[in-house]
Amino acid sequence: MVLSPADKTNVKSTWDKIGGHAGEYGGEALERTFASFPTTKTYFPHFDLSHGSAQVKAHGKKVADALTNAVAHMDDLPGALSALSDLHAYKLRVDPVNFKLLSHCLLVTLACHHPAEFTPAVHASLDKFFSAVSTVLTSKYR
Amino acid sequence: MVHLSAEEKAAVSSLQGKVKVDVVGGETLGRLLVVYPWTQRFFDSFGDLSSPDAIMSNGKVKAHGKKVVNSLINGLKNLDNLKGAFAKLSELHCDKLHVDPENFKLLGNVMVCVLARHFGKEFTPQVQAVFQKVLAGVANALAHKYH
Repeated sequence: MVLSPADKTNVKSTWDKIGGHAGEYGGEALERTFASFPTTKTYFPHFDLSHGSAQVKAHGKKVADALTNAVAHMDDLPGALSALSDLHAYKLRVDPVNFKLLSHCLLVTLACHHPAEFTPAVHASLDKFFSAVSTVLTSKYR
Repeated sequence: MVHLSAEEKAAVSSLQGKVKVDVVGGETLGRLLVVYPWTQRFFDSFGDLSSPDAIMSNGKVKAHGKKVVNSLINGLKNLDNLKGAFAKLSELHCDKLHVDPENFKLLGNVMVCVLARHFGKEFTPQVQAVFQKVLAGVANALAHKYH
């Protein structure tokens, strides 16, 4: 799946609209992932996962910052995400199925906070973008 | 069978009453066809599906979306026996429609996005979790009679 010029425009303009809220949305997406898909919690036994957890907020910001970086480098996602790709392959080893779960919850979070911007075309572009990021992050798994 | 606590049932009921089935139904099916274009394979007879605008304004998409979501809402009344409630529809989707059950999961997740869009902050992580549980139960029930 390839990101078209229109997809890239849609993703960039969504990210501009999010502005300084990216970190907060990252945290919310994680919270939604843990609530809807409890198996995802197995990767965070060392975290306090209760509502409002500072650890979840901090981790959400980390995820959001990485996505912001990816948005800025959509023409070279493998390059921009290389270090994170290594991390996920050799250290974290999060099962690939989980990237879809977090991606879905990122979409839900954006739909909640930006209903007007979340048009069908933007929804499609974002889904493709998260899918492309997930593919890069799992590309060195084997 | 989907087990919901009293709290979870209350969360579903409160939102369910506010869901405008014709709006949510059409938007859900439309978005499925836009976001996952390969799902259009089941709808050759629906006419113009050539662009997001064409899909979202297509009368057949809206009507069929309403039918599907109505059926889902009916499922909410049968949480104790989803497999029984959806047995006939399961046979239909396997034997006549030949729909890969993976599509039920795709549709369910698109519906969650549509509900999130309509209800905003009211669609809390806890409410989302309940809907995910119910929709997963319905997807399983619809796949149950496949052979």
